[in-house]
Amino acid sequence: MCGIVGLFLKDKTLEPKLGAMLSDMLVIMTDRGPDSAGIAIYGAPSDGRAKITVQSAKPAVDFAGLEALLKPVDASVTVELKSTHAVIETDATQSAAVRDLLAEQRPDVRVMGSGDSVEIYKEVGLPKDVVARFGIREMGGTHGIGHTRMATESAVTTLGAHPFSTGADQCLVHNGSLSNHNNLRRELVREGMSFETQNDSEVAAAYLTAEMAKGKDLGQALTSALDDLDGFFTFVVGTKSGFGVVRDPIACKPAVMAETDQYIAFGSEYRALVNLPGIEDARVWEPEPATVYFWDHEKAA
Amino acid sequence: MDISVNRESLEAMRVFDLATTPLRELNSALHAIAPGTNDTNFEVVNPRGSHAVAVGIDQPVTVDVRGSVGYYCAGMNDGGTVTVHGSAGPGVAENMMSGTVVIEGDASQYAGATGRGGLLVIKGNAASRCGISMKGIDIVVHGSIGHMSAFMGQSGHLVVLGDAGDALGDSLYEAKLFVRGTVKSLGADCIEKEMRSEHREKLAELLERAGVTDVSPTEFKRYGSARKLYNFNIDNAEAY
Repeated sequence: MCGIVGLFLKDKTLEPKLGAMLSDMLVIMTDRGPDSAGIAIYGAPSDGRAKITVQSAKPAVDFAGLEALLKPVDASVTVELKSTHAVIETDATQSAAVRDLLAEQRPDVRVMGSGDSVEIYKEVGLPKDVVARFGIREMGGTHGIGHTRMATESAVTTLGAHPFSTGADQCLVHNGSLSNHNNLRRELVREGMSFETQNDSEVAAAYLTAEMAKGKDLGQALTSALDDLDGFFTFVVGTKSGFGVVRDPIACKPAVMAETDQYIAFGSEYRALVNLPGIEDARVWEPEPATVYFWDHEKAA
Repeated sequence: MDISVNRESLEAMRVFDLATTPLRELNSALHAIAPGTNDTNFEVVNPRGSHAVAVGIDQPVTVDVRGSVGYYCAGMNDGGTVTVHGSAGPGVAENMMSGTVVIEGDASQYAGATGRGGLLVIKGNAASRCGISMKGIDIVVHGSIGHMSAFMGQSGHLVVLGDAGDALGDSLYEAKLFVRGTVKSLGADCIEKEMRSEHREKLAELLERAGVTDVSPTEFKRYGSARKLYNFNIDNAEAY
């Protein structure tokens, strides 16, 4: 099964509540998959700054003295510890150098996601425990996506949890299973992409990253995915300012969307949406098969 | 005690608030109804997308659900009248035996799947696989239906006032399909068929039972099985 949720805010007054709203949506979806849970939150980017969300199985060891370790590369670096994760904020021009040093000095630390605005938190366990562990409810932001996993295609590990991020400020959650992911992974590796897991959903994320790197926008990349990905999927995808949804042509993986003047929301089931403000009067619909839905804060502005 | 007052209290609506009452209490109460009882009016409030609301009814009770439901609402219904004043998730009225289920809003995929009898009315649109493997149920959709609807339908009627998606009636047996709008594509072995007087009469009856008053049976086309997949065709032997 798997449960997926997404929320794209139009009304700025709701932004401080994004984490709380998305957490509620995800916790309701718990019985669709108890293996692991994750959330990506897109906060307001600050000029010239970049964020790297990292994770460690041994945070007490790996995160000890991390800020001091990275200071020589970027004096402005800050490290905020959150349980097994840490958010490293750097000068945007020094982000790559910080990552290189991190990989060299702390090889067991894994990068969950990076970019101008995204923070990604994911762990093995139930959504309620995962959102509490990382304080997701207190986080604000413009849009976000979440996932609770019933594993089918790869191991139940932190790295196998969703969202998958394979490019700056990009992430994807997936309900379904792909059947051509091994072939596609080989092709993407040949194109220069690298992979952390054997997971099928990571391949979908990397595919979209590769397509967008060729100049496509999120909507165009999702349209290509309909031709190139084989299998069952409902995807919800985030970029720095965009939010997209697509289902495979068979569309047996469930999906419900709602739109009001205040937000666009996605849930695997209507249950995930029932606590949203004004849901009684929202336009609620089931996304069509093989149809790309795509919104962008920058294009809307 | 005044006997009429007593009867009135017996016939009173029983209200289940799913925000405060476990779903199992509702379904247990529905299953506990003995034949011939007067206690037949139920109202369900705050369903909030719950799964399996009012499943397994086997007495002629009336259930009004105030809001939208999740998976499998009114599944296996045998004689009940269930109205959802909202939309329904996947598998509404799955394997209905008899009775009536009305969805005031939209229905998700495989509405009325495998149904053996009764009437399912969807006042909005139905998604993919509406009436898949239907075996005697009658389904009337006021709006449109999605792809692969009536797949392997064996008997019963599917009436669509709007349009049908891809592969309507794929591998159809003897279910009869009536579509007023366009059909995006027909599935394997499904063809348009002549609308004879007995079909128009049946359609008129179904439209009336579904509360449709402003649409004439003459506006529909009928689709059914070409019956070419019924038996093995020796000319296809090489395909195996």
